[in-house]
Amino acid sequence: MRFLRFWWDFVVGDDWRAAAGVVIALGATAAIVAAGVNAWWLMPIGVAAVLFSSLRRAAAG
Amino acid sequence: MTAAFLVASAFLASAVEFVEALTIVLAAGLTRGWRSSLTGLAAATVVLAAIVAALGPTLKLIPIDALRLVVGALLLAFGLQWLRKAILRASGYKALHDEDEIFAREAEEARAAGSEVRAGLDWYGFTLAFKGVLLEGLEVAFIVITFGSTQGSIGLAAIGAGAALVLVAVVGVLVHAPLSRVPENTMKFAVGVMLTTFGIFWSTEGAGAHWPGDDASLPGVLGFVILLSFGAVTLLRRRRAMVLA
Repeated sequence: MRFLRFWWDFVVGDDWRAAAGVVIALGATAAIVAAGVNAWWLMPIGVAAVLFSSLRRAAAG
Repeated sequence: MTAAFLVASAFLASAVEFVEALTIVLAAGLTRGWRSSLTGLAAATVVLAAIVAALGPTLKLIPIDALRLVVGALLLAFGLQWLRKAILRASGYKALHDEDEIFAREAEEARAAGSEVRAGLDWYGFTLAFKGVLLEGLEVAFIVITFGSTQGSIGLAAIGAGAALVLVAVVGVLVHAPLSRVPENTMKFAVGVMLTTFGIFWSTEGAGAHWPGDDASLPGVLGFVILLSFGAVTLLRRRRAMVLA
């Protein structure tokens, strides 16, 4: 249990929603690419959204 | 260009972690004795080398696109943590990292701890140095393995990390004190930017998309992340000034 906790803290850290946002943005990119669109632009937009929402929560908390 | 960026990223990230590990080893060495502290350092180094040696060749067996997708996602989640903390520090929402303060706290705790001898070593000093170096070193190992494997050259990333290790070790032996003059907060900011940049770049390729100009677009991604970060710092500083006013 402590082992899993350590890796969770190591990779995900104290804002799991940011990590979830990264996974969602990646899934969306893969889905759009599979539909035939070269969606290289989606990850930068997704990361900007994830970062700003995470910072907003941190600043408010 | 990508190779230089890779070495520079591995160097910077590793230097930050080694500075933190040095602070812990110094605190253990000066308060509990150098023998146990340096044995802890050596034991942790062996464990870290074994992790890199075991995982590095294994990752080469995974198809590059799958590797870039998984590693890119991990690196992005990991990098965003660094970047988020660095932005919060730069905008005043989080206390700056202070090696002198950390050294004083670690040394005080080490002095107050009881004495227990195991295998001829002061056990507190050994475990303090071992855990400190292992935990800080794991981040270096993670960066070397992920950067190196996705770029097809663990050796280049290891060169960057090795150069940082030598530099921090030499300066640490000469100065014999926590490296508080190292601009650690600025370096952490730079590392957060680089990890996030590589994370965006590789995870996008892993998801099947192709960057316009391939590797030539990496500086563009870097510029975007820098702009994003400084924009966030500016906005948060304004917000903080308004709240405090």
